[in-house]
Amino acid sequence: MMRRSFVPVLALAAVMFAAAPVLIARAPYETTMGLVQKIFYFHVPSAMMMFVSAFVCGIASAVFLFGRAPRADRVALAGAELVAVFGLVVLVTGPIWARKAWGVWWQWDARLTSSLLLWMIFLAYLLLRRYGGPGADRLSAGLALFGMANVPFVYWSVNVWRTLHPKTTVVPSLDPAMRPAFWWAVLAFTLLYAAVFAARLRLEDQRARLEALFLELDE
Amino acid sequence: MNGFDFERLVVDDVSRHFGRRRALGRVSFTCEAGTVAGLLGPNGAGKSTLLSIIATLAAPTSGQVRYGTASAREAGPAIRARLGSLGHDLYLYPELTARENLEFFGRLYQVADPRARAREALERAGLAERADDAVSGFSRGMRQRLALERALIHEPRLLLLDEPFTGLDDGSAHALVGRLRLLRDARTIVLLTTHDLDIVDGLLDQAVFLRDGRVADVQRPVAGLRERYRQLVAGGGRA
Amino acid sequence: MSDPGSLATFLRVTWLVTRKDLTVEMRSREILYTTTFFAASCVLVFAFSFVRDGRPLDAAAAGILWIAIAFAGTLALGRTFERERVNETLHALMLAPSDRPAVYAGKLAGILVLLGAVEAVLVPLVALLFQAPLFAHPGHLALLLVVGTLGFAAVGTLFAAMLVRARSRDVLLPVLLYPITVPVIIAGVRGTAALIAPDAGGVAAARAWIGMLVFFDAVFVTLALWTFEAVMTE
Repeated sequence: MMRRSFVPVLALAAVMFAAAPVLIARAPYETTMGLVQKIFYFHVPSAMMMFVSAFVCGIASAVFLFGRAPRADRVALAGAELVAVFGLVVLVTGPIWARKAWGVWWQWDARLTSSLLLWMIFLAYLLLRRYGGPGADRLSAGLALFGMANVPFVYWSVNVWRTLHPKTTVVPSLDPAMRPAFWWAVLAFTLLYAAVFAARLRLEDQRARLEALFLELDE
Repeated sequence: MNGFDFERLVVDDVSRHFGRRRALGRVSFTCEAGTVAGLLGPNGAGKSTLLSIIATLAAPTSGQVRYGTASAREAGPAIRARLGSLGHDLYLYPELTARENLEFFGRLYQVADPRARAREALERAGLAERADDAVSGFSRGMRQRLALERALIHEPRLLLLDEPFTGLDDGSAHALVGRLRLLRDARTIVLLTTHDLDIVDGLLDQAVFLRDGRVADVQRPVAGLRERYRQLVAGGGRA
Repeated sequence: MSDPGSLATFLRVTWLVTRKDLTVEMRSREILYTTTFFAASCVLVFAFSFVRDGRPLDAAAAGILWIAIAFAGTLALGRTFERERVNETLHALMLAPSDRPAVYAGKLAGILVLLGAVEAVLVPLVALLFQAPLFAHPGHLALLLVVGTLGFAAVGTLFAAMLVRARSRDVLLPVLLYPITVPVIIAGVRGTAALIAPDAGGVAAARAWIGMLVFFDAVFVTLALWTFEAVMTE
């Protein structure tokens, strides 16, 4: 199913991304921040995809750890890498927005800081997989589980920690006229995520297939 | 000892691979109670991996190990109560004394009177005078004797030994052989890996030859150990 | 003789492992002394680094305390498991006839005692150097330290055990541990600050942080017990 739908999904995502600027341009300007606020059409969906991917990785890790299903491990790896990729988008667009809107690159906004921490947890996952030696796949699965369980705590503690600082974040409330463009962007990013995830997973599946063939050669 | 027990060890179609490297391929054999079995083969044949799996420290990629009819997944703690293991690294705490090591493991395995058992074990190992010295000061041979007693303190049904003759002088090696014979007579299953074919010739009731992770031959009873070993390793053939 | 899979056996094995760890440590006291000294050096390094008008920042006391605990804790965890690696004794513990998480619980209890001893030196030291009224609310501070250290150690013990046979384990332990324990550090620092600075929220705020930490501890100790066997079996 995934192979057959890959090209159509990717094509649809491409079309949506091409059409997006039109919708974004048509959406009203936010009162205080003006043009730069429009980066949020990229920033927020990326953040949503990042969190989705983190949960995909966490759940797949649990399945791998307790069910010993090799495919679950490949899903977890693809998920973790996409957390890193989409997280990077979030952490680049966030400061760009902040700089233009508030004059500083980084001011410890609660959500951005939580995203940074989550991003780092999954970077640690990738480091562990790469440098941990044999058996690191099971260890990373354990880490991913802990990372996923940590999400509410990170969010809560950073939020409360943040409110002690004088500056508060200005989170725009969603003007109804912005909604079409926003949900269009969310849908486009979801399709993009699905397509890239499928491609990455396919790569790992092919690797596993290759190894199985190597082993069969021995028989 | 009350509780769970078993009369045979069944290794059933066990495979283990790490990525594209095959460590074990469809290994099957059975050991009955009162057997000394040897896992023999060149380095890299998969002997230590197999021993790890039988010791429940690792899991196979496919296949199963059964202790009687139970598997490690179902009855892990109960199986481990009847299992003794002596690895290459001896499993002794160097900062503790010989007596403390034995008493700690005795208590861990819930033996009836840990202190008395420890004392007897120290006698058997010939370490009664050094009982209260830290293990860090012991020679390799002394540690080996102590480690063996530690592995046997709870009278296991299955004893796993990874290269137990390494570093032993002639006298100690023969003492170990004698000990293993006594265990066999007490209906213990002894499974050991070794390169010292001369020492175990005459001791083994069963020989499992491994080559590249596969069973190349199983001999029961054992005859002409060294010859068969050379044949299998050099010829590359499968029986 | 109790059933190997029962709770009684679990508690017994936990106690045996903890007692063994403390016995071994008391022989040389190596980890205790070196970790305490290291924590004290951390405090000094940070005190020299965060200065205003030529004096260390008094407001930094809470932060410095918890950073020192985190760094010292990481070292202690590494050293404790290194001891189990030397003669593969961790394998011997995994072979014990009990539910395997009992080994985790035993190790955790041992580390808590060790870190408790380090903190007993560290807290007065920080109070002294920063003129911080850390003993204004001793009960709350003690509780905060207990639940905070437990949170840090619960995750740390699992990760250190996981990494015992991994390559690059020395650097990977902090790499894995610090991002996951950020909520603990935040709670510890803000809670301590609330207790010592009159304008930082007071006892009520500290109670909120302690509450979060209790919740964190419950979740993560449970998660660790639950995943220990799966993660440690090769």
